[in-house]
Amino acid sequence: MPEARIKTDICVVGAGHAGCEAALACARLGFDTTIFTVSVESIALMPCNPNIGGTSKGHLVRELDALGGEMGKNIDKTFIQSKMLNVSKGPAVHSLRAQADKADYTRSMRQILENQENLTIKQGEVCEILTEAGADGKPKVCGVKIFTGTIYECKAVILCTGTYLKARCLCGESITYTGPNGLQAANHLTESLEKLGVKLRRFKTGTPARMDKRSLDFSKMEEQVGDEKIIPFSFSTNPADIQKEQVSCYLTYTNEKTHEIIRGNLDRSPIYAGIIEGTGPRYCPSIEDKVVKFADKERHQVFIEPEGLYTNEMYVGGMSSSLPEDVQLAMYRTVPGMENCRIVRNAYAIEYDCLESGELTPSLEIKSVDGLFSAGQFNGSSGYEEAAAQGLIAGINACQSLKGKEPLILDRSEAYIGVLIDDLVTKDNREPYRMMTSRAEYRLLLRQDNADLRLRKFGHQVGLITDEQFEHVCKKEEMIAAEVARLKETKVGANKEVQAFLEKHNSALLRTAATMAELICRPELDYEMLAELDKERQPLPEEVIEQVLVNIKYEGYIERQMRQVEQFKKTEKRRIPADINYDDISSLRLEARQKLKLFSPISVGQASRISGVSPADISVLLIYLEQLNRKHD
Amino acid sequence: MYTDTIAAIATALSPSGIGIIRISGDDAVEVADKVFRSKSGKKLSEVKSHTIHYGFVCDEEEVIDEVMVLLMKAPNSFTKEDTVEIDCHGGVYVMNRILKTVLKNGARLSEPGEFTKRAFLNGRIDLTKAEAIMDLIQSKNEAARKNSMTHLKGDLYRKIKNLREEIIYEIAFIESALDDPEHISLDGFHERLEEKSDKIIQAIEGLLKSADNGKLIKEGIYTVIVGKPNAGKSSFLNLLLGEERAIVTDIAGTTRDTLEESVHLDGMTLNLIDTAGIRDTEDIVEQIGVNKAKESLEKADLMVYIVDSSVYLDENDMEIIKLLDASKTVVLLNKSDLDTVVTEEDIKDIFMKRFAGSEDKNASEIPDFLTISAKEEEGLEAFTNLIKEKFFNGKLTFDDEVTISSMRQKEALSSALHSMKMVKQSLMDDMPEDFYSIDLMNAYACLGEIIGEEVGEDLVNEIFSKFCMGK
Repeated sequence: MPEARIKTDICVVGAGHAGCEAALACARLGFDTTIFTVSVESIALMPCNPNIGGTSKGHLVRELDALGGEMGKNIDKTFIQSKMLNVSKGPAVHSLRAQADKADYTRSMRQILENQENLTIKQGEVCEILTEAGADGKPKVCGVKIFTGTIYECKAVILCTGTYLKARCLCGESITYTGPNGLQAANHLTESLEKLGVKLRRFKTGTPARMDKRSLDFSKMEEQVGDEKIIPFSFSTNPADIQKEQVSCYLTYTNEKTHEIIRGNLDRSPIYAGIIEGTGPRYCPSIEDKVVKFADKERHQVFIEPEGLYTNEMYVGGMSSSLPEDVQLAMYRTVPGMENCRIVRNAYAIEYDCLESGELTPSLEIKSVDGLFSAGQFNGSSGYEEAAAQGLIAGINACQSLKGKEPLILDRSEAYIGVLIDDLVTKDNREPYRMMTSRAEYRLLLRQDNADLRLRKFGHQVGLITDEQFEHVCKKEEMIAAEVARLKETKVGANKEVQAFLEKHNSALLRTAATMAELICRPELDYEMLAELDKERQPLPEEVIEQVLVNIKYEGYIERQMRQVEQFKKTEKRRIPADINYDDISSLRLEARQKLKLFSPISVGQASRISGVSPADISVLLIYLEQLNRKHD
Repeated sequence: MYTDTIAAIATALSPSGIGIIRISGDDAVEVADKVFRSKSGKKLSEVKSHTIHYGFVCDEEEVIDEVMVLLMKAPNSFTKEDTVEIDCHGGVYVMNRILKTVLKNGARLSEPGEFTKRAFLNGRIDLTKAEAIMDLIQSKNEAARKNSMTHLKGDLYRKIKNLREEIIYEIAFIESALDDPEHISLDGFHERLEEKSDKIIQAIEGLLKSADNGKLIKEGIYTVIVGKPNAGKSSFLNLLLGEERAIVTDIAGTTRDTLEESVHLDGMTLNLIDTAGIRDTEDIVEQIGVNKAKESLEKADLMVYIVDSSVYLDENDMEIIKLLDASKTVVLLNKSDLDTVVTEEDIKDIFMKRFAGSEDKNASEIPDFLTISAKEEEGLEAFTNLIKEKFFNGKLTFDDEVTISSMRQKEALSSALHSMKMVKQSLMDDMPEDFYSIDLMNAYACLGEIIGEEVGEDLVNEIFSKFCMGK
């Protein structure tokens, strides 16, 4: 049969949040890129919650933006409510979250893709990864074949298949073999991957129902409004441009009646009836899980969130379920304000194929096939932001590899993205992986407010950040350092004016001179107030002042973490050669040897994080590496 | 690469003529200067490399021992790092005290095999030795790990496990609230944690105190007391302890279980295991005790065999003697206050004959003998002197890893305490939760080291099992 053959550089399979970032990065870095989707209408679709960001996920979006990603810019254009979470807590856990107009988000991202130079959108299901024999006999990517038989010849493929691979949706006894939102599933690629030796497994996730807004009584719920002063996600967005009228979300609660209905119908839940085989995430449990596992809780929160400005659909946060439709309707109707609710879309659970642990390298390349990269839910993660972050890195590293350059690997002390990927690569995760701030051991340094200071340089190095953007950050860094130094040096004496000022603000009087920095650290004073005493102060941009204050107030803690990072970097820098044969090291304990073979860590530091590898095993490994070194000399 | 300063006892930790404590790393000289007062008044930082100095090791104002100190600057030392060796009098107590003082002043207790590891990594040791060094590190670590586990008392394990559970619960609560602020509120948490921290700090301080008294870890000479029922084992134990510890009656077989106590005799720590009287028995409870006694004997550094010299020997004595290692044994002829019918010669005879005809090289060994009266409290001094002599002339040795692992565990306890105090300080300074949760996690990890448990995914698991989160 004659077939069409098309030449391109990089193929991106899937146009969700991972696929969009991957494709944009590749095209922007100068490679001819083709992105495949089963439906052009589903580009950057948000099939679950209608928001971007939140704790730790907001950090990811900021980091993505600092590196040159698109998600932050796109949500800044399409949000309908914005909130900085955790403002009463430490600066490291402040997290931005914005409600999106889903349709607008999708439309806007599609426009970006459509207008991106070097990028072609192609509707079609990729069925096969084509390979040729590589240098060491390992298969090497040379193209993809789509359902119609057309072949795209390419040098690298990035898999961003999300939840589409052999997808199965469950709503009680009703089972459909579709992807999210009834979209066509991708049923052929799994076989092709398995033939190439890629190991897959099955994960599960779920989403709650959507309600018709007109059927809800908001007077029985608590209104949740957005922040007065809106802070953008993107470092490139001017805050003044996005201050706008916001829409509200609503809070209500389940009750004993709801729980009774759920308990009475557990036998009809596919999970409890054993029909679902995939592993579901513990951090986003279905309402039936919550009721069973936390039986003593009298009520659970339910957040009603708008899906957009031009739709009546409302997302019912906190009540995802795979119970049958009649049970869903009955249980939703016990919730105050939802007594007469009409369901537009049912809640459902979805199962899909994704990558088994131990298959990935830290550059997000699949170990068994050269040139095959992957990102997002396919890698065993969960969430739009986690997906987008991996998409960008996979895109960058596919390009680096084609250019013959070193991959961009961020470590755990540099970014949440580093933590995310390191965890995906070295841990045997048994459920979809979600980012959490507690997973970042150096989180005091990895704040959302300093993502640009941490990461712009990497974006600039790979070519996604312009010189101008980079210079802006360098200048900011200088200004911060200068102001911190000035505040530490500027002394005020215990004179009348100062004492009167302190008295006025209920602050302890001075016995000897103090520096401006010391006064800023007093909880009852702040930078603004101290302007009165700080005669030489020059006006500075708000973003600079913010950094100065964090640096001064939390100096002790930040320095401590920086010392820990120094230690961490020492073992992180100690590389393990890719061709190491762990069977040669007879002193390694068997368990350690098996785990090291499975995860093939790139550094001694990474090896030390693999469970089952003891400090003594690490010592043994160090001796072995030194032995190798000396043999080479 | 790894240049923090480590210290360890380089000689065997048993009473001997001389003991060496070795310090290596960037701050070796600085640390040594803090504990060493040279007779000449010179600091080690001021003297030439490869010189030897006479003076005293002091813990602040207290003089611990008269020593010679050898200074070897990098790279001309075993590890190729700055190294200081303290040659002291070789008593277990003295060596321990000096090592503890060195650790207090900024060195870290070395990991098993760490000096050798550094020597190799720094190029001191020949490439051909690499395999041997890897084996050594792995086996030493494995031995240390097993040792620290077997010598950890049951109630200590439980106490530490409880403390860890309390700590991880609080961290998980903080993290849940930080992760899901709209579901979980931290209102009033500050006060609760302050109370909790006080309790945890107190508990750790309590554990540290008992560590100082040697009650935490069974360090010392593993001493098993055996004998027939009612030979006077419990009375002898009480004589050593100076208190009524074991139940003493005139009815044979009252010590149904093995008892454990530590006693300090003239600078030595004896870790005493009192066994149920060994005799052929059909009583099940007593039989268990007998089996335990046999198990204990396998681990013993020192065996004390008590014989009631007022009663004739029988087949039970034969059975006991078969279990004993003569070179490690002291036979106590008890009840010298009564008419004696058993003599040293009778028992020697049995020892000589027990393996008659076998090729066993120990077959001809003969134990030491002492005559005592536990009831009249006679013979304690002679016993002490005999044990000391046995250790000094090298007839007896004991497992020094136990002492080292106890030190390691104490170090971990101190770090946990320090972290908890940091938490307390942060609470008083009104710092946000995400700052002190780091110290809570450190405390959790340190306590885990003591009982050999890693942190792993504990936090994430605790969050999801205890707190209902998510959309």
